[in-house]
Amino acid sequence: MANRRSSRHRPGTPARAPARALALAVVLATTACGTSTPDDAGGDTIDGSITVFAAASLKDSFTELAGAFEQAYPGTEVSLNFAGSSDLVTQITEGAPADVLASADAATMGKAGDAGLLAGEPVDFASNTLQLAVPADNPAGITSLADAAGPGVKTVVCAVQVPCGAAAARVEQAAGVDLMPVSEESSVTDVLGKVTSGEADAGLVYVTDVRAAGDAVRGIEVPEAAAAVTTYPVAALADSADPATAQAFVDFASGPSARAVLGAAGFGAP
Amino acid sequence: MNTAVLPRWVVALAVVGGLFVVLPLVAMALRVDWPRFVPLVTSDSAQAALLLSLRTSLTATALCVLVGVPMALVLARTSFRGQRLVRSLVLLPLVLPPVVGGIALLYTFGRRGLLGSSLDALGVDIAFSTTAVVMSQAFVALPFLVLSLEGALRSVGTRYEAVGATLGAGRWTVLRRITLPLVLPALVSGAVLSFARALGEFGATLTFAGSLQGTTRTLPLEVYLQRETDPDAAVALSLVLVVVAVAVVGVAHRVRPLGSGTPAPPRVQNRAR
Repeated sequence: MANRRSSRHRPGTPARAPARALALAVVLATTACGTSTPDDAGGDTIDGSITVFAAASLKDSFTELAGAFEQAYPGTEVSLNFAGSSDLVTQITEGAPADVLASADAATMGKAGDAGLLAGEPVDFASNTLQLAVPADNPAGITSLADAAGPGVKTVVCAVQVPCGAAAARVEQAAGVDLMPVSEESSVTDVLGKVTSGEADAGLVYVTDVRAAGDAVRGIEVPEAAAAVTTYPVAALADSADPATAQAFVDFASGPSARAVLGAAGFGAP
Repeated sequence: MNTAVLPRWVVALAVVGGLFVVLPLVAMALRVDWPRFVPLVTSDSAQAALLLSLRTSLTATALCVLVGVPMALVLARTSFRGQRLVRSLVLLPLVLPPVVGGIALLYTFGRRGLLGSSLDALGVDIAFSTTAVVMSQAFVALPFLVLSLEGALRSVGTRYEAVGATLGAGRWTVLRRITLPLVLPALVSGAVLSFARALGEFGATLTFAGSLQGTTRTLPLEVYLQRETDPDAAVALSLVLVVVAVAVVGVAHRVRPLGSGTPAPPRVQNRAR
């Protein structure tokens, strides 16, 4: 299902393309200076191949960032693997070869840390906020979180076991609203899918998901979402075969140039 | 075990294949947190999921028998233009990724689907209901029943039916007294396999029905969700599903060794009389 997002760059979203082009231009301009930085002596050269495990919600942004990183550091090659954050940690725990982990919440990164998988301290590089997504024609006429809790309204959220569900629970608590969802999905992509297909009247998803879904859904601001801002940490992994390049990617992803790309996708500052 | 009739390398490859199937199950059983096993599989959410799974899978199996038997009969006993194509289409859910089946069901029975607005007018709301789970399961399980029953119908042939008809039995009598008793073992094993497939359904349910405890969250969906926070619970529940699957396959084998031919005719003649 994660692949669906890549097919969403339709002509229907004209405002985004220039914004992205601009963001990429900024990245290239700012990192161009970085390329001239002489490589450290010895085996610390930044020209290896690394594999980055990143949360599914980072798919578009990190695909772009990986390209920019490869251009900024010629000779490097970045492979990307996207999945739910806990899946990624499970994969790494079970021995999947990875050099960098970018997760969608601090708790999952904490698990990776507890398991001794990290090479250093994780760095927060972005934040994300929940928003109500409704089908483009908003059949249930929803304007607030309270509307989404109304009788007969089909609202879908993430299950509390996954990060977006834990955030949703905090938002509900902050707003004093009990949503009574018709479904508690295992991933935010599944929530969004139920909304884009029109099965559900509303779904609590991230701002970035609403942005990526284009014209299929409309986003409705939820003021109480400020109570549950999710931070995204990134860290190099202990088992990396190329620690220098892995650390360079961590610095790059948390640096100012990456901010532009992430900001264009809807991510907030960490 | 007498393996002398086969070249050694054939036996060796067969053993490798067998290990490939069995070893992952053993590996999983080794990861089970035995002291916590009982509490894990009897938690509220686990019980709700297990009960829902059994309830929906039984309903889906009944649905499969209801429409699958006529489908197998039509495919095996009639001939019409495009029959081969129809047969391939009927078997499609067998090879289709379940998530694709779920999307197809969504675009048919969903609120904005092909039949969705008509169903809505009738006051039928399938979205996020247990009905949607049963439909997902029946969709993927139906080919198992049709396939095994049609094969049996073809292998028993039409001799007894022809004899019955010449002796004056009507079509319904022939069907009820001769055809169905002849293929009963295949019907049972087909139904058992359908049940097993329904029990394991995941992709179509996730896409089409959603996931809510007690309503749509079947055991496989519960395993998938528990894995996020409590891998031990996921492994324990997986083991429950494996045990059920082994039991089901065992029953199917006992009824009729899979792939064996026609049941003994004398017994059938007795029944047909």
